[in-house]
Amino acid sequence: MTLLSVRDLVVEIPSRRGLARPIDGVSFDIEKGEILGIVGESGAGKSLTGAAITGLLPNPGRIAGGMVLFDGNRIDDLPATRMRRLRGRRIGMIFQDPLTTLDPLFTVGQQLVETMRTHLPLSDTAARTRARDWLDRVGIPAANRRIDAYPHEFSGGQRQRVVIALALCAEPDLLIADEPTTALDVSVQAHIIALLRALARERGTAVMLITHDMGVIAEIADRVAVMYAGRIVEIGPVDAVIRHPTHPYTDGLMGTIPSVARRLDRLRQIDGSMPRPNGTRDAMPVGCAFHPRCPKVFDRCRQERPVLHTAGASLVACWLA
Amino acid sequence: MFAFIASRILQAVPVLLAVGLIAFALFAYVGDPVTIILGQDATDAQRRALAHDLGLDRPFFVQYAHYLWSAAQGDFGISLRLAQPVSALIAERLPATLELAVTASVLAFAVGVPMGVHAGIHRDSFVSRLFMVVSLIGVSLPTFVLGILLILVFSVSLNWLPSFGRGPVVAVGSWWTTGFTSWAGIRALILPAVTLGLFQMTLIMRLVRSEMLEVLRTDYIRFARARGLTDRAIHFSHALKNTLVPVITIIGLQFGGIVAFSLVTETVFQWPGMGLLLVQSVVSADIPVMSAYLLLIALLFVAINLTVDLLYFCVDPRLRALGRRAETRGR
Ligand SMILES: Nc1ncnc2c1ncn2[C@@H]1O[C@H](COP(=O)(O)OP(=O)(O)OP(=O)(O)O)[C@@H](O)[C@H]1O
Ligand SMILES: [Mg+2]
Repeated sequence: MTLLSVRDLVVEIPSRRGLARPIDGVSFDIEKGEILGIVGESGAGKSLTGAAITGLLPNPGRIAGGMVLFDGNRIDDLPATRMRRLRGRRIGMIFQDPLTTLDPLFTVGQQLVETMRTHLPLSDTAARTRARDWLDRVGIPAANRRIDAYPHEFSGGQRQRVVIALALCAEPDLLIADEPTTALDVSVQAHIIALLRALARERGTAVMLITHDMGVIAEIADRVAVMYAGRIVEIGPVDAVIRHPTHPYTDGLMGTIPSVARRLDRLRQIDGSMPRPNGTRDAMPVGCAFHPRCPKVFDRCRQERPVLHTAGASLVACWLA
Repeated sequence: MFAFIASRILQAVPVLLAVGLIAFALFAYVGDPVTIILGQDATDAQRRALAHDLGLDRPFFVQYAHYLWSAAQGDFGISLRLAQPVSALIAERLPATLELAVTASVLAFAVGVPMGVHAGIHRDSFVSRLFMVVSLIGVSLPTFVLGILLILVFSVSLNWLPSFGRGPVVAVGSWWTTGFTSWAGIRALILPAVTLGLFQMTLIMRLVRSEMLEVLRTDYIRFARARGLTDRAIHFSHALKNTLVPVITIIGLQFGGIVAFSLVTETVFQWPGMGLLLVQSVVSADIPVMSAYLLLIALLFVAINLTVDLLYFCVDPRLRALGRRAETRGR
């Protein structure tokens, strides 16, 4: 059953130089219990896509086109109060930087209890018991004692785990996780990944997993979407996309990841850099946004923008597919 | 915690000693108390006798130590103008000034914080813009002009509120007097308190506003929104609390300023407080009163700084941790 459906999403951010379009026609679905990985180099629009879904675009950004359906209902035009009730309760969100996402003046227990009691009919004591369980589940040692500690008393990795507990504590149906494991060492990372997988398998929680780490994607994602300059260039089952990439960009992406899939930063090895939609007229190339860097470019790529179409098990936006 | 307070008090001692030195230098070397008391026509023998009685022939540091020792016991000498103990004069005036200053501060805080919060949350609303314009006037209008304007409107034209004095006061305890027990006393307090507090109020409002704008941009507020917390919880629990540390500093320092500079307001409204006493003493070169005033204000600032530090402790757990670490290192 489709839980989240994003259709032709366009995000615009007015700036002094003009109207930037960092998201330009993104479409994808996430099933209940499915883990969708989102990859792409820095600035591709991964975080903004997540922000647009939850209605938390940075000012003065706004959704300028398309729609977002959640559980069959449109949510991109919901009034603020109804959107707020959805956030945390039905759509949980984890941000990129764990060091600054916790309020420094409240204990982690207070923040957990506050979140649960905002959404669930719980007494203070019951919420506190659950808060302790959550800290335990995300792997904070001595949760019993640590529940009354302040964020600055935790290490970076522990803070990220607290953030994850906060995003999950009201038991959302969809979790948007923006690089949830970047700050963690390998063993903690494995723990978090196991936790996410268990949530998806047992509770049916859908996960939109934004990451630079192809290893993580290969390990737990069911499908993966590759973003480039504000668009999805390829989306499909993890195996197909990783083993048999169709889009030249995905191909380059996988090619630069030496056998054991690792960090995407090495992508710079594809000559040139990704165009940034900064609002000026010629920031974005005409036709396919990847064509200036593409090894297989031909005339049509410079004139017409390719749309996503079926290629094997995947959808690919390339004239060659 | 205890070590923290102790170290702060220790740090304050040199400050108080230095101010005491200035106060004493004023006391001892500005003007000639012998001439002032005996007049021009006294004989040399009379002058020497009085100088000896007053201890003026002793070495400088003996006199300084004696001055501090007396001051610590509440003895600041005799007012030259009124021939009464300075301590009695101050005890008589202190309640008036403190009542005025506290009322002005509470007013400034109670009005300035909500205004600042509103202007921070709804930064572009009409009301916020209005607040900003009004606050600009509040910041730039000199106190005496504001006082006179208020008197013109509310005392002279409308005849609603008294234009001078403290109204009837009632003694509380051995030396405190209060105007709060009667309606007339409260009415007399309104105009001076508004005059004294308006500047602070606009300052607090602007500070809270800019701090709110800053805090509302932080990641933890964004994450609080992502957690689906209500606007109320986000604005008043998370954002406001995070703006409090700088706001507490300013309010604390401002309170010292309010007391120290209430003299303009007290002069305009003929408010029988310490400021008015100081102005009258300056006019008649009443050095002992001026020295005592200086010492008391220094003491007040030290006390306020200590209070502000303690409030930080209550608000910010990170400082509590620092304090604890410093303590364990000290041991
Ligand atoms: N607040 C903002 N104002 C203006 N432009 C923005 C803002 N936030 C993001 N952008 C632009 O939108 C584009 C996409 O940004 P986004 O943060 O979604 O990238 P990302 O794929 O998450 O990158 P990363 O991997 O570095 O997190 C970038 O070009 C960025 O410059
Ligand atoms: Mg990002």
